[in-house]
Amino acid sequence: MTSVAPVATTPGGSTKTKGGAAGRPSPAAWLVAVPFLAFAGTFLVYPTVLVLFGAFQDSDGGFTLGNLSTLFTGVVFDAFVRSIQLSALTAAIGAVFGALLTWAIAVGNPDGMLRRVVVAGSGVLAQFGGVPLAFAFLATVGFEGLVTKFLRDNAGIDLFAGSAWLFELPGLTLVYTFFQIPLMVIVFLPALDGLRPQWREANASLGGTTWTYWRHVGGPILLPPFLGALLLLFANAFSAYATAAALVSQGSPIVPLQIRGFLTGEVVLGQENLGKALGLGMVVVVTIAMGVNVLLQKRVAKWVR
Amino acid sequence: MGSVVKQRVLRTVILLVLGVYFVLPLIAMAEFSTRGRNGTRSLESWTSIVDDEGLMEALVNSLLLSITSAVLMLVLLVPTMAWIRLRLPQLQRIVEFLCLLPLAIPAIVLVVGMAPLYAWVNYFLGDSALTLTFAYTILVLPFAYRAIDAGLAAIDLKTLAEAARSLGASWFTVLWKVVVPNIRVALIGASLLAVALVLGEFTIASLLNFDTLQVQVNLLGKRNAGVSIAVSLLCLLFAFVLLFALSYVGQRRRQTVAEE
Repeated sequence: MTSVAPVATTPGGSTKTKGGAAGRPSPAAWLVAVPFLAFAGTFLVYPTVLVLFGAFQDSDGGFTLGNLSTLFTGVVFDAFVRSIQLSALTAAIGAVFGALLTWAIAVGNPDGMLRRVVVAGSGVLAQFGGVPLAFAFLATVGFEGLVTKFLRDNAGIDLFAGSAWLFELPGLTLVYTFFQIPLMVIVFLPALDGLRPQWREANASLGGTTWTYWRHVGGPILLPPFLGALLLLFANAFSAYATAAALVSQGSPIVPLQIRGFLTGEVVLGQENLGKALGLGMVVVVTIAMGVNVLLQKRVAKWVR
Repeated sequence: MGSVVKQRVLRTVILLVLGVYFVLPLIAMAEFSTRGRNGTRSLESWTSIVDDEGLMEALVNSLLLSITSAVLMLVLLVPTMAWIRLRLPQLQRIVEFLCLLPLAIPAIVLVVGMAPLYAWVNYFLGDSALTLTFAYTILVLPFAYRAIDAGLAAIDLKTLAEAARSLGASWFTVLWKVVVPNIRVALIGASLLAVALVLGEFTIASLLNFDTLQVQVNLLGKRNAGVSIAVSLLCLLFAFVLLFALSYVGQRRRQTVAEE
C-alpha cells in the first residue's frame, strides 16, 4: 500500500470542487481499490451473473425462455403464490404489531434498560434467528412442546387435531412473525424517534386531542416510513430460508425450499437451470419491493423539502 | 391528564402481551432441554453438548470463521473506504452498490451461483470449512459498510490525513495510526455484527455441505431434540449478549462526540 502513495492534494487546489474533492487521481491511486473490487467481482457479481444468465440457458448452454415459462406453471407457480402470500401476511402482521411495540419503547426512557433489551433482542431475532428459531418453536408448540403438552393435559385441546400445521404454511406464518415483528422494531424506531415533542405540545396548545395529533401530525409523518418498512419486511420474509428449512424437511411449499430441492439433487433431466430461473424470479420480486420503496422515499424527500 | 393514563395503560398492555409472546418460546426451550425420563428434570441435554464431538468441531469451525470473516471484511473495506473518501470519490457509488447488493440477492439465490464457484475454490484451496470465509464476507458487507461509513463520516478524515502526510507519514501509517484508531468504535461494531451473523448462518453452509454450528444443530435435531434446543437457546442468548454489548459501544460513541 505504501508504494502506490501519491502526494496529497495541493493546499487550496482541487479540494475546492464539491463532490469530486480529490480531483483526478493518478492511475496508481486506483490500485488500492483493486483487492475489494476483485473480491466482490469474484464472490458476489460472478455468482449473481451466473444465476441471472443461467436462467436463460438450456442444458447445453443455448438460449431459452423455457425455464422462465416453467415459473408460471404447476408446483413452481404455486410455490411463488404461497411465498408471496406468506410474505405479505407476515409483513402486515409484523408491521402492525412491530409498530405498536416500537411506540411502546419509543415513549420510554431512551437510555433505559427496557429499550436496550428490546432493541438487542429484536436484533437477535430479526437478523440471526434462523435455525434456533425453528427449534424454539418445536420446544413451544411442537408435538411435545411446552404449550402443546399444557393444553393437552390441562384443557384437553389437541393442537394437532386438524393436521401437522406447524410444518405447513400456518406454522411458517406463526414462526415468521417472530422475526418480522422484531425487524419492524429495528427499522421503524428511528422514524418514531424523529417525532419531536414540540409538535405534540403545539397540537395540545392549539386545543388538539391525541386523535387530532395522530390524524394530522404523527400519522402523515409516519406513513411513508411505515410503508417502507412494510416493503422491507415483505422482502425479508420472501428471502428467508433457514427457519423454514429447519422446520419443513419434507415437501417444498415455498420458493426457497424449492431451490433447496434443485441444489440437493432432486433435478429432473433437462431442468438443470430451472433452479436459476427460480433464483431470478426471487431477485425480481425482491427488487420490485425494494424499488417501490426507493421511489416512495424519493417522493417523500420532495414533500419534506 | 386522561390521555396520559390511557397511554400508560396501552403501553403496559402492549409490552405485557408481546413480552409474553416473545419470552414464552425461551421458557419453553429451557423447559424442554431440561426434561429427564418419566417427567423428572435433568441436565443431560446440556452436559451432552460438550461430549458431542461433531458439535464441538462444528463450533470451532464457526468460531474460526467468524474471526476470519471479520478480519477479511476489515482488510478489504477499511482501506478501500478510507481511500475513496480521500482520493477516489469516483468509486463511491460503485462500492456502495456492491456492498448493498447482497440485500437484494437472497442468500438462497446467491448460493445457487456460488455452488459452481466453490467447486473451483475447493479444488484450489482444499475443502476446509474455512473457505466459507469468502461467502460470509460477502454476506457481512451491507452491515459492515453502513457501520464503517458512519464511522468515517463522523471524523474529519481529510484534515487528519493531510496533517499526518505533511508530517511525513506514509499512507500506510495514516491508515494504521490515524484512520483505524479514530474509527475503532465503528470497527468494533462492524466486527461484532460479523461475528453474530457468521455464528448464525445456515443457508450457505448447509447447501454447500460445510460443517458449521447451525448445520450441526439442525442435523442433531433429527436424533436428539433436547440437545439441539439447548444449543439453540445458547446461540440466541450469546447473540443477545453480543448485541446488548453493542448498544453500549454505540452509546460511548455518542458521549465522546458530545464531549468534543
